[in-house]
Amino acid sequence: MVRFPRLYIVALIVGLFPSLASAGVFNPETFTLKNGMKVVVIENHRVPVVTHMVWYRVGAADEGAGETGIAHFLEHLMFKGTKSLKPGQFSETVARNGGQENAFTSSDYTAYFQTIAVDRLPMVMKMEADRMTNLVITDKEVEPERQVVLEERRARIGNNPGSVLGEYVDASLFLNYPYRNPVIGWEHDIKALDIKRILAFYKRWYAPNNAILVVAGDITVDELKPLAKKYYGVVPAQPPVKRMRAKEPPQKAARQVTLKDKRVRQPSWQRSFLAPSLLWGEKQYHYPLEVLADLFGGGASSQLYRSLVIDKKLAVSAGAYYSGSGRGPGRFTIYASPRPGTDMAKLEAAIDTEIKTFLKNGPKENDIRRAVERMQSEAVYARDSLSGGARAMGSALAAGLTIDDVESWPDKIGAVSTSDVRAAAKAVFNIDRSVTGLLLPERKL
Amino acid sequence: MRIFRRLGLLVIVALFTFASFAVSRSAHAFKVESVVSPGGITAWLVRDTSNPIITVNLTFRGGSALDPQGKEGLANLAASLIDEGAGDLDSKTFQQTLEDKAIRLRFSSSRDTFGGRLQTLVKNRDTAFNLLHLAINAPRFDPEPVERIRAQIEVGLKQDKEDPHAIAGQKIFKILYPDHPYGRPPDGTVESVKTITVDDLKGFMKRRIALDNLVIGVVGDISKQDLATMLDKTFGDLPKQSVPWKLPDVQPRTPGETIVIDKAVPQSAILFAEQGLKRTDPDYYTAFVMNHIFGAGSFTSRLYEEVREKRGLVYSVGTSLYPFDASALIFGSAGTANARARETLDVLKTEWEKIAANGVTEKELEDAKTYLTGSFALRFSSSGRIASILVGMQLSDLGIDYLNRRNALINAVTLKGVNRVATKLLKIKNLVTVVVGQPDGITSTN
Repeated sequence: MVRFPRLYIVALIVGLFPSLASAGVFNPETFTLKNGMKVVVIENHRVPVVTHMVWYRVGAADEGAGETGIAHFLEHLMFKGTKSLKPGQFSETVARNGGQENAFTSSDYTAYFQTIAVDRLPMVMKMEADRMTNLVITDKEVEPERQVVLEERRARIGNNPGSVLGEYVDASLFLNYPYRNPVIGWEHDIKALDIKRILAFYKRWYAPNNAILVVAGDITVDELKPLAKKYYGVVPAQPPVKRMRAKEPPQKAARQVTLKDKRVRQPSWQRSFLAPSLLWGEKQYHYPLEVLADLFGGGASSQLYRSLVIDKKLAVSAGAYYSGSGRGPGRFTIYASPRPGTDMAKLEAAIDTEIKTFLKNGPKENDIRRAVERMQSEAVYARDSLSGGARAMGSALAAGLTIDDVESWPDKIGAVSTSDVRAAAKAVFNIDRSVTGLLLPERKL
Repeated sequence: MRIFRRLGLLVIVALFTFASFAVSRSAHAFKVESVVSPGGITAWLVRDTSNPIITVNLTFRGGSALDPQGKEGLANLAASLIDEGAGDLDSKTFQQTLEDKAIRLRFSSSRDTFGGRLQTLVKNRDTAFNLLHLAINAPRFDPEPVERIRAQIEVGLKQDKEDPHAIAGQKIFKILYPDHPYGRPPDGTVESVKTITVDDLKGFMKRRIALDNLVIGVVGDISKQDLATMLDKTFGDLPKQSVPWKLPDVQPRTPGETIVIDKAVPQSAILFAEQGLKRTDPDYYTAFVMNHIFGAGSFTSRLYEEVREKRGLVYSVGTSLYPFDASALIFGSAGTANARARETLDVLKTEWEKIAANGVTEKELEDAKTYLTGSFALRFSSSGRIASILVGMQLSDLGIDYLNRRNALINAVTLKGVNRVATKLLKIKNLVTVVVGQPDGITSTN
């Protein structure tokens, strides 16, 4: 991110809360500029404000060998100068006009946004279009910013053993697919990235035909169209780039990673299964897996929480989530944290029993209907905030999904049956395609 | 009141005007109405029919600072338990009903308040209000949820013992308020949470959950009439009076010391604080603008520029005003590699001294004003945020027309005022600093 802590939060929102990631009906309008830039408008007239976002179809999973972290580093550097703006002038101008801004990077996309009074929209569009092609960076900006990124890495990862374990789990879950690398990059790569390489990455990926403009708020498509043409329409298209990603081979061996750290006061257990997504693998399981995650481990009434936390009293927390709205493989994760005195092996055995029970008895029709109604209701909430729809649309389109994938989400969820969920569970709960991650104290507590 | 139309008129005096507000779509602007039920219960309402949802924020005055000595964490434990079974509904049934109807109900506490937020689809509103009624009137505190939630809180507190920022936070409040409840950890300690009994929880509800204590903000698709009926049904059974309490006003103790706590982490957590201004202080808005220029403006503040942008010392750095009911702080934080902690602290202190001695420029002041007035509308970006603002306005007695007046208060701040307040507040000799990590070149001052 940027400038402020958001990098992983976005990734989490997309994964954990399907309602936000790909929720219900935002009723967007859309058109495409002659240079190939796609434009989406979501009306919300509560206050005379808009959120203006530009999404690039490039993320950490599109980085080349030895350059992990380059997408995120570039995102930071995009706030430096351009041919016509001095370093810092972009942010100063947005602030002086009462706007707020930020940016974020995930595995599948990089996005920049400003929230601002609607009459200031042309001004931010002009500046955003400018930095799409006119970025100017020198060592004077890059070197301090490299230190900032390293501090960000220390804050997010180094200072937090749970996040360190997360890096090992990711690197083990994906044998070859680039999701195995951290979005923020490996430390040695961040230290080695040079201006030449960063600018080459910028030139390759930042172009109108590789970007999506999403504007949400107090504006109509008719009002936006002339502005979009004026500011973004004049940016020349670049040769199209293909997102070439290393392919994941078939997985045939269960893996386990254990991190022992003296800072751990509360052990935890997690198991991530390689899973299909809407764009990868056995796609028919995508919606059933969303429902499965909800009723198996989505909340205080889910099977895992009820059994492990309330009834058996083995865990202080337990649940599951599924993320499958990315461009590459999805993942289905089960997690639990033992109550004091509970042995890890006992906790793991109990979770295995829950999975077996579920596979044997499957969900009841009534459970499915309740989960579906709950999930569809969440889609109504997603319409409430100014940026919710813009984020859902932008992240979906930038990953390679369609507007219809987002808009039809409540219907697709509504069509999921008990046998769909059972089949999806059978397909995903395969230990040979999983990584178990243990976070343990250095000594026995 | 059509807040945005008037906002526009007010802002025209600023450098970069938001004149568009004056001509902007006032049809979309919203108004704050006071709704008083037949039973005499008041709520502030922003009616918004654009989406079929209702958001209710409710806050009781008095928070964790009132937890009895040795029972620190009582308000927090109560907040975590009152949606875990109430009336005839045990915890499982209560939670299942919430989830099945996608009703969101959450309670939390701060040093000065205890409150909750209810969010529901219009079609489920009767169920939702009924669950809220049960939660605040008849929480069960059954043994199973009490022990389960207690265990969860204990895990969080244990983890805090390894988190550099949490460690620094506990320490700095202890230094600032050695003999006042504000100095105690608001969520308690592993030891204190163990001692809290069901009787303590019930006593908490009885003493504090009462109408004289309560403010309510509502946003969404509900008419004044229906809201009035709902207010009586939901809150009408609460006692009229809470048990009176006393929280003495206190000046933070600011001996200008630096404390280092050794912790093997790659990044040192740095917190710093000294006396601030209360919300009721006549200089509050002046301090607010000064703080924006100094450390709160996210990508434009002096600290951001000097510490992050120019030197790359941190990922995040900033300051905030903490106006409590009985005291006030100006509070800052930063995180930096151990090897560069000394340099970071030196730059922070230099900036602290510089703004106190030389003040700010006319341009900085104008930029701050245009940002703060122009971005005000951005705070109304979701129902939850609007409901929080309605509650905050009532808690601070700002008046129902506050949204109309707020930008004028910002624009009335003068350069002389900002410089005077900077000198008055930012006294380097008082600054208390806590560093948790293994910072090179920093040692405790005593």
